[in-house]
Amino acid sequence: MAAISRDDVAHLAKLARIEMTPAELDHMASELDQILGAVKRVQEVATADISPTSHPLSMSNVFRDDVVKPSLSNDEALSGAPAKAEDRFKVPQILGEE
Amino acid sequence: MTNIHATAAEMASALSAKEISSVELTQQHLERIASVDGKIHAFLHIDNEGALAQAEAIDKKRAGGEKLSPLAGVPIAVKDILAQKGIPTTAGSKILEGWRPPYDSTVVAKLKAAGVVILGKTNMDEFAMGSSTENSAYGTTQNPWDLTRTPGGSSGGSAAAVAAFEAPLAIGTDTGGSIRQPAALTGIVGVKPTYGGVSRYGVIAYSSSLDQVGPFARTVLDTALLHEAIAGHDERDSTSINAPVPQVVSAAKRLDVKGMKIGVIKELSGSGFQAGVSARIAESLELLVAQGAEIVEVSCPNFEYALAAYYLIAPSEASSNLARFDSMRYGLRVGDDGSKGAEEVMSATREAGFGKEVKRRIILGTYALSSGYYDAYYGSAQKVRTLVKQDFDNAFAKVDVLVSPVTPTTAFKIGEKSNDPVAMYLSDIATIPVNMAGIGGMSLPVGLADEDGLPVGLQIMAPLMQDDRFYRVGGTLEAALLSKWGKPILSNAPDLAVK
Repeated sequence: MAAISRDDVAHLAKLARIEMTPAELDHMASELDQILGAVKRVQEVATADISPTSHPLSMSNVFRDDVVKPSLSNDEALSGAPAKAEDRFKVPQILGEE
Repeated sequence: MTNIHATAAEMASALSAKEISSVELTQQHLERIASVDGKIHAFLHIDNEGALAQAEAIDKKRAGGEKLSPLAGVPIAVKDILAQKGIPTTAGSKILEGWRPPYDSTVVAKLKAAGVVILGKTNMDEFAMGSSTENSAYGTTQNPWDLTRTPGGSSGGSAAAVAAFEAPLAIGTDTGGSIRQPAALTGIVGVKPTYGGVSRYGVIAYSSSLDQVGPFARTVLDTALLHEAIAGHDERDSTSINAPVPQVVSAAKRLDVKGMKIGVIKELSGSGFQAGVSARIAESLELLVAQGAEIVEVSCPNFEYALAAYYLIAPSEASSNLARFDSMRYGLRVGDDGSKGAEEVMSATREAGFGKEVKRRIILGTYALSSGYYDAYYGSAQKVRTLVKQDFDNAFAKVDVLVSPVTPTTAFKIGEKSNDPVAMYLSDIATIPVNMAGIGGMSLPVGLADEDGLPVGLQIMAPLMQDDRFYRVGGTLEAALLSKWGKPILSNAPDLAVK
């Protein structure tokens, strides 16, 4: 049985906010199934007694003094905006959706 | 008088002796780019005016007697994943087409402060996801050794630019081999420094626990000079190591490996590697023995799981990092006709703006991190990461450096693996363990494979923050190879210039 179905991929694409075409979903499902088949090997050696490593360096949190420094101007920060209005980012409607 | 075939160190001394101006040197490289980049396609953006203005400023400072950095006035190419103020920065993606960052990445700021002249931005696999540049949204880069082959990736544009004498130096990034693999496939030197050794501030993130910026050049010394220019602590990168930069330039000049123990990784040799690759690696080891090094075989039994773990960890981190491309603050926005809500516009934009491999990795990462699968996939991959680190620790308890081939084969044909993701992923089998453990590694060109005449790279790895060790070994071996060959490896590459 496939590890991942077309419906699974459609759900993941929705979560990841990528509006995939039906053809893409078909293709992606078969490719992901192949990739998952290859990567699930990690389970062969990942026994309960091994602690996970999330990062290569063992570091603690880094703090600095809270000093005001030069930063981007409003115009610079908005320079790449797809749309702007009244010195702000202009975005599509975010409320009123389901 | 110097020329584009000189080393960066030679260019620097010619500049400081005022035998050539930076404007002249920059002009020579811009002319070379104009003449050959139509065939190579190493560059996504060429900044003629900016480069010449920067060169002119350096020449003025030099004329005024100012004390300048070692590489002042020498040109460089920068991978298009590093933000450069006012210069298009795309990360090889349509979703960032036309974006001009309002700030400099720390590495770009350091290059500018050192007077290194930035010629332009180089091609790459989209968001650094790939091993061939075929995943770039702006076309594939061709390998200067054979235009039907890839230069490797993801930093393939940077590697090809240096190999084709379009720039003596280049910057790349390496998440699973993206500096070392293209360096090997184009016959140049490439280094992935220790994680945290070079600032990631302003570098568009792919997999934050693996990504590292590093140098490309045609010699070990040039690579070390660039490494020193970009390395060091940066308070704007919380993972940056607050410790002195390893003394890589003096190590590159040392030319002595007497008494060093060099470990050959059993699991990264023999079957699975092209015969011509293995033959050149074996010869290099003999040369190192002749220089007084001792060769020891070591075993890293968990490396065989590293590739699988990488293709869970990197996509997982990518699925989170690439959430920032939401069409709200910068980059592409699609379908915003007033009738659609933000989520619909976001989904349409990401569909239109991301390429196939990027979507594949985002979906894979979303899956590996989702409830019910997290422990089985992401959690297991993190445990493998622990095992890979332990393998390195055990090996470095016995030896000073480890060596292996950089890649299983020499440069592959464009299109050969582009429809088989798993086969493409295998290109990085020998380079990925280094990123998993956070240590540094070098790719050094050690000759041409007999069967195809294409370059072979030796990977030299050292423990965390001991990057000077691979420069010492690399510099010594490079000198031994040069005296054996009588000429640099790139003199065997075809002349690309239009007659």
